[in-house]
Amino acid sequence: MATRKSPEQSNASKEELVRYYREMLLIRRFEEKAGQLYGMGLIGGFCHLYIGQEAVVVGLEAAAKEGDKRITSYRDHGHMLACGMDAKGVMAELTGREGGYSKGKGGSMHMFSKEKHFYGGHGIVGAQVPLGAGLAFADRYLGNDNVTFTYFGDGAANQGQVYEAYNMAKLWSLPVIFVIENNQYAMGTSVKRSTKSPSLWERGAAYGIKGESVDGMDVLAVKAAGEKAVAACRAGQGPYILEMMTYRYRGHSMSDPAKYRTREEVQRMRDEKDAIEHVRDLLIQGNLATDDDLKAIDKEIKAVVNEAADFAKESPEPALEELWTDIYA
Amino acid sequence: MATQVLMPALSPTMEEGTLAKWLVKEGDEGKSGQIIAEIETDKATMEFEAVDEGTVGKLLVAEGTAGVKVNTPIAVLVEEGESADEVQAPVPTQKEKQPEPAEASEGKAVDEPLVSSPGASVPGKRDRSPDWPEGTQMKSMTVREALREAMAEEMRGDEHVFLMGEEVGEYQGAYKISQGLLDEFGDRRVVDTPITEHGFAGIAVGAAFGGLRPIVEFMTFNFAMQAIDQIINSAAKTLYMSGGQMGCPIVFRGPNGAAARVGAQHSQDYAAWYAQIPGLKVVMPYSAADAKGLLKSAIRDPNPVIFLENEILYGRSFDVPVMDDFTIPFGKARIWREGTDVTIVSFGIGMTYALEAADKLADEGISAEVIDLRTLRPIDYDTVIESVKKTNRCITVEEGWPVGSIGNHLAATIMQQAFDWLDAPVLNLTGKDVPMPYAANLEKHALVTTAEVVEAAKSVCYR
Repeated sequence: MATRKSPEQSNASKEELVRYYREMLLIRRFEEKAGQLYGMGLIGGFCHLYIGQEAVVVGLEAAAKEGDKRITSYRDHGHMLACGMDAKGVMAELTGREGGYSKGKGGSMHMFSKEKHFYGGHGIVGAQVPLGAGLAFADRYLGNDNVTFTYFGDGAANQGQVYEAYNMAKLWSLPVIFVIENNQYAMGTSVKRSTKSPSLWERGAAYGIKGESVDGMDVLAVKAAGEKAVAACRAGQGPYILEMMTYRYRGHSMSDPAKYRTREEVQRMRDEKDAIEHVRDLLIQGNLATDDDLKAIDKEIKAVVNEAADFAKESPEPALEELWTDIYA
Repeated sequence: MATQVLMPALSPTMEEGTLAKWLVKEGDEGKSGQIIAEIETDKATMEFEAVDEGTVGKLLVAEGTAGVKVNTPIAVLVEEGESADEVQAPVPTQKEKQPEPAEASEGKAVDEPLVSSPGASVPGKRDRSPDWPEGTQMKSMTVREALREAMAEEMRGDEHVFLMGEEVGEYQGAYKISQGLLDEFGDRRVVDTPITEHGFAGIAVGAAFGGLRPIVEFMTFNFAMQAIDQIINSAAKTLYMSGGQMGCPIVFRGPNGAAARVGAQHSQDYAAWYAQIPGLKVVMPYSAADAKGLLKSAIRDPNPVIFLENEILYGRSFDVPVMDDFTIPFGKARIWREGTDVTIVSFGIGMTYALEAADKLADEGISAEVIDLRTLRPIDYDTVIESVKKTNRCITVEEGWPVGSIGNHLAATIMQQAFDWLDAPVLNLTGKDVPMPYAANLEKHALVTTAEVVEAAKSVCYR
């Protein structure tokens, strides 16, 4: 069974911890349900699950304010839920239905919400990095103090356009936080097999960009690092790099033969580093919540996810006329 | 309640698979996320994880079974005190859950143009109004000056418009299109970039998502190849992929096509490439008036616009109307010269050959009608078709390569919409199907020539 170390004391309040527990659990249960619907053939194409990485987006969203922007790759369901997008609309997009965020025309990898300042959902590895710098360019041009969280993975970190974006982001002091979600595997290629400079955040030094490596399985550590980076960007000292050391439990996509790592490795991360269990321990061992309190939350989340799944099954497919709309504004 | 575990689909195309191995046995406690079986698909052996918690009540399919259809029950999970035999409920099949596919639309009637699409054609009636009112004062101006005036006027009118690119500021523009703009608007709005096309194109697209109206100057469109992923995958497709939420008002502009003696990598016409992309608008002006009026329209357009200029045309002078706010709408071709014997359709620098050829043809008694498309997405098909119905003959002229050219597309359209009016096949005059050579004599032959246009016009007139 679990060999978790007992958590260090934290100063986080009960409300805060409960909120993280709830938000991370929503992502996990949502993703498990998405996996199930994929298995049933209700979700097509590619479907990249975020299970294991929940602390990254939940911790960083806790450091954000209204007006801040976020943009990420195709492993985007967690980011959308964390920034407050509706689980029903996300799930219905996965099933390709009218009730989805993109009316069923985007799918798992391409979803957006202007209202929540979520700029996608991008399917080309690394392309979102200059786009995120561009969102920050717009905010700097307009003279507000918003920041943009630009997420990408350890795989994208080897794309050339990332470094083109770094160079210009620093040149123009853009308020952008480059969040490298290092889950250790670019599809099936481990970081060790793709670079001789495995400390990805340190590459920012070549452009004069500050950064740090963060325990991405610890939501409190993520939030603290996020607050520091946000403060720097709001003060005009952007950009900033946060390399989140994290782990995905599931395959790269649903069609992943899982031959590049051992079962034991995955199990060890689940047992020793799980982000949700970490917060659970903090709540229980700190006498901030009882098992029953958390069970009640579990039940509540299950209901939200089931409702999203029902909505996603019942929402009709888009009308055929939709084929021809939204090509031009 | 007992739960059935169904044979999962583990890839976008999987319909059945082999249950290679069970990793649990009846009576085992299962946790959500635990790997319970190995399943072989045509591509790989995959691990299958449980979604629900519970005790494995029964394994319904023995390991080693091949051809297990997706959604077949393969095991039953039970909660404490339940028996696997209690499960009887029929399995929901994929069919039941999927809505009926909507009826496919009926095949289109032959007389309905197959090329009609929201982007490629112009909705509504053709705009036949003159580009400027009769009697408007005119002023001679180079294409270069016209482009600069268009940008300056639009930047004065909208604080969100800014120019970015290599050498647009302090250097005053590699081809001097942006001369003076830095002095007037400052470095907040005239942004010199490092040589990093992929990166700054992406930043500009992001800035457009963020509410600005960028004009991106590519020193030449050859270098935009480095950025073509951002132009097509990010700029052109996002409105559609976001269900209409997120538009990208941006102009990508710069010289396109062959200049002179700069060899294969710097001499290429991208008109047909970009014209293929739904979500983009594509403009390729010939005259200074069109350069000005169309660039102003491009900057105001809420969509990504590819604005293809030409280095050789930059220094040419044309009459431009003196007006406070002069714009030309997209999708409105211009008839430069009316004629009765043959229609010559061109755009951009191709118009040079078309107009020269028309003069020469007139000397030989052939009356050519010369149409400048001006925009390639949308295309003003109506003006072309109407002209072909009058002349019964058509040739097209462009500098780009022959395969998949704009001329090919026009020929197909004319065949679909005016077949019965044609007295000769439509001929496409294009650049030769070779990389651009450096040697002066070879380069001349690689381009389309006026003599070829004259020859083709005569041949469709059987002269």
